[in-house]
Amino acid sequence: MRGIYIHIPFCLRKCPYCDFYSVTLDRSLSEQYIDALIRNFRADKYRGLCADTVYIGGGTPSALPAELISKLMEGVYKNFSIAENAEITIEANPCTVSDDKLAAYRASGINRISFGVQSADDRELKALGRLHDFDTAERAIEGAQRAGFDNISADMMIGLSGQSERDVLNSAERLTALPIRHISAYMLKIEPNTAFDNDKLKASLPGDDKVSDMYLSLCKFLEGKGFYQYEISNFAQTGFESRHNIKYWRLEEYIGFGPAAHSLFDKRRLRVPRDLRGYISAPLQTELPEEEPFDERVEYIMLSLRLREGLDMQRLSALVGSSSAQKLKERAAAFEKHGLCRLSDGRVSLTPEGFLVSNSVILEFLCAVGLA
Amino acid sequence: MSGDNQSNIRNFCIIAHIDHGKSTLADRILELTSSVELREMEDQLLDNMDIERERGITIKARAVRLGYKADNGEEYIFNLIDTPGHVDFNYEVSRSLAACEGAVLVVDASQGIEAQTLGNTYLAIEHDLEVVPVINKIDLPSAEPERVCSEIENIIGIPALDSPRISAKTGLNIKDVLERVITDIPAPKGDPDKPFKALIFDSVYDMYKGVIIYVRVMDGSVKAGQTIKLMATGAEFQTVEIGYMGAKDLVPVGELRAGEVGYITASIKYIGDTRVGDTVTRADAPCDEALPGYKKVQSMVFSGVYPADGAKYPDLRDALDKLALNDASLTFEPETSAALGFGFRCGFLGLLHMEIIQERLEREYNLDLITTAPSVIYKVNLTNGETVMIDNPSNYPDPALIASAEEPVVNAHIFTPQEFVGNIMELCQDRRGNYIDMKYLDDTRVDLHYELPLNEIVYDFFDALKSRTRGYASFDYEMKGYVPSKLVKLDILLNGEVVDALSFIVHVDKAYARGRKITERLKENIPRQLFEIPVQASIGGKIIARETVKAMRKDVLAKCYGGDITRKKKLLEKQKEGKKRMRQLGTVEVPQEAFMSVLKLDE
Repeated sequence: MRGIYIHIPFCLRKCPYCDFYSVTLDRSLSEQYIDALIRNFRADKYRGLCADTVYIGGGTPSALPAELISKLMEGVYKNFSIAENAEITIEANPCTVSDDKLAAYRASGINRISFGVQSADDRELKALGRLHDFDTAERAIEGAQRAGFDNISADMMIGLSGQSERDVLNSAERLTALPIRHISAYMLKIEPNTAFDNDKLKASLPGDDKVSDMYLSLCKFLEGKGFYQYEISNFAQTGFESRHNIKYWRLEEYIGFGPAAHSLFDKRRLRVPRDLRGYISAPLQTELPEEEPFDERVEYIMLSLRLREGLDMQRLSALVGSSSAQKLKERAAAFEKHGLCRLSDGRVSLTPEGFLVSNSVILEFLCAVGLA
Repeated sequence: MSGDNQSNIRNFCIIAHIDHGKSTLADRILELTSSVELREMEDQLLDNMDIERERGITIKARAVRLGYKADNGEEYIFNLIDTPGHVDFNYEVSRSLAACEGAVLVVDASQGIEAQTLGNTYLAIEHDLEVVPVINKIDLPSAEPERVCSEIENIIGIPALDSPRISAKTGLNIKDVLERVITDIPAPKGDPDKPFKALIFDSVYDMYKGVIIYVRVMDGSVKAGQTIKLMATGAEFQTVEIGYMGAKDLVPVGELRAGEVGYITASIKYIGDTRVGDTVTRADAPCDEALPGYKKVQSMVFSGVYPADGAKYPDLRDALDKLALNDASLTFEPETSAALGFGFRCGFLGLLHMEIIQERLEREYNLDLITTAPSVIYKVNLTNGETVMIDNPSNYPDPALIASAEEPVVNAHIFTPQEFVGNIMELCQDRRGNYIDMKYLDDTRVDLHYELPLNEIVYDFFDALKSRTRGYASFDYEMKGYVPSKLVKLDILLNGEVVDALSFIVHVDKAYARGRKITERLKENIPRQLFEIPVQASIGGKIIARETVKAMRKDVLAKCYGGDITRKKKLLEKQKEGKKRMRQLGTVEVPQEAFMSVLKLDE
């Protein structure tokens, strides 16, 4: 079964650290856009598509009027066969939801909601340019619970200006006190050409050593609260892992709709151009001609190691041959001594310390199997 | 123009310190003798290699023939022979001088005489050259021509009071210089009837003509089609073309005669056959003896040169082959290093020569290089009575087999404003220098004479001297000989493994400090890796210094959103590229900069 990703490239305003594709919300444009998406759902290429996860991401999908999301979901159900137990997620900004909206989401089939809370510290939220305070986030999450959401996720960020380890744990403490099942904790990364990409701000950020300490303490803290780490940046109570996101890391297929959306479809990696108006005016979404090569061997090593479950030696052997796989295992054994890796049950996986340096570890593994 | 009349020929060179205006003066002379149209002149025509132009120095001698109509109404032929200005090329300088009857000594009106100027002037006097002093840059506000004149008289002991005061930059009084060349420098006095005898003072390789030898004809004459013999090598060739060096082109002539300067081509393939200083004669009618002063040049400084990218080894070999075509003093042979792979052990005349070659390899041949610490030739006397010459630390014998060791020392002269004497003495002391004496050049400047081990100056001595004297001191040296020395081989270990390319030979008293400094430098220049790396220095297995490169903490792409893995892939590609620039030594990755950082320790 595949996953469906739908990109909603509208925001009330741009956050200063964000470089995802979005434009300022515009009522008529968003209506045309939903129509364009539904037009694309009907494309021959996707006829009879079965999916067990749907993810409405952004941008800020919750900034759209509830009717548009309902219309979108009708389009999804009408054109695809969606599994009975499908996980259907929408991303929401705490200050853009109301009881009515949340109820409409539930009525349209959405059963998982992910809030961009980011922090429980109002000063941090302000510095991040967020439009909500933590009170608002608490109310939004409680509202979602009342509306019948049992699977609620919250995002938080670490490595912020002036942030200490204690600040991180305070936020985590207050978040885990709420009725949520899942936390995504991202380390702030300064993207080029964002408002945060300036020397003054960069100078105020905690150093790598500090951020690493924050991250490791957070992993430990969340584990203690029953949120186990199933991916580099994701933590969940058992059974509430994001099934959609896991597809990415297991190299399962997903189809992306909307500008800037990515797909892994029929073993091809495709990307839609970052052009909203072009998308609306085109009869069907065009995928960029410079399709990225899909090398399953490289990608399997690269992506599976983002998950706590890590890579499966049997699958690896099938991909790269058993002698290469053995070499990777030897390299992993060396890393295990330094606390970066775990080898067990025919799997190689990374520890939280290993996740922190995963880029380098992955490169070493690729070298070991002769792919770099 | 003909060379019939030796009395109307003047063969001379220009001696000057870097930046004192030699090339600019040469340009003005070329202009004034109408050898080159003004608008065709590129500034500083004689220096035609990029590096020379940038550094304001001449690496290889060049020569040019100029026509000049003097105030006395007669036509003269000037052969201006350019000389390299640096001590590394002392021998080449001496051969250029031997081709001349006189030298124009250019001294900067504000800076006065510098160490190299003096060295070359003495060399000119030794060769019985008539020295014509010229005070340059008199247009500068800081010019002190009187002071500089008396400096020339006091130090060199030649009259300078009525010497031309010029500005090569503005063209002021250049004609005076040319008139003085005619009146003061003697005409050549060769015997046109004796057998052909000429001095090779330079040679270059040309793709079409083969080696072009630059000669000064002493006696007799030569024509195309004759068979010549190079006396040192014994090689014989049939001449193809005979001519002189015009300002822009080679100009073929029927014959070169006694007193003249010109070139010969003879389909010569290897520049090694045409050694600077050798004598050319006719094979069928040879002269009775060769000109004096010929010697085979010896490399003094050695260094391993490796391509940063191992795949570029053949490119490096081709580049060295090509450079050697034009530079008989560059030697190289293949060498392998466990750390750096395949490369070459290269021999150089001295430090500048080494830098120039490395720079040319990188610039003209687009090679990215890793070089090892420069080494001199050590003399090691073994317990079995044998003596071995060692220019590569890798070949240094087991200490148990060594009875004694010797290292080369040089006589060094440092000319400096008095205020820096303290700093320089400190530096020379630190470099194991042996103070000989100090002479006052004038009220403010001194000549500091030290005996210094060559291995202390091949190691960033110029930079150290420059930084301690704000660039005001100048430096010159000549080989003195070998002295007994307590030498040890210092090894560097990364993660417990010896890195052969980082080993070097050092005096035992300097080993600890050097070991500490190198380990510090490596620590700064080796990026953090997945685990901690000890960096150690050891002598004969005993660790004398240690630093640690801490383990990397954070290298992660935390957010990978919406199935967009392009960033992750791009990052991976970037990392792969970065890794390519690293040398894998066991489990440790060492960037090129780390190897280079240990070459300049004085900061």
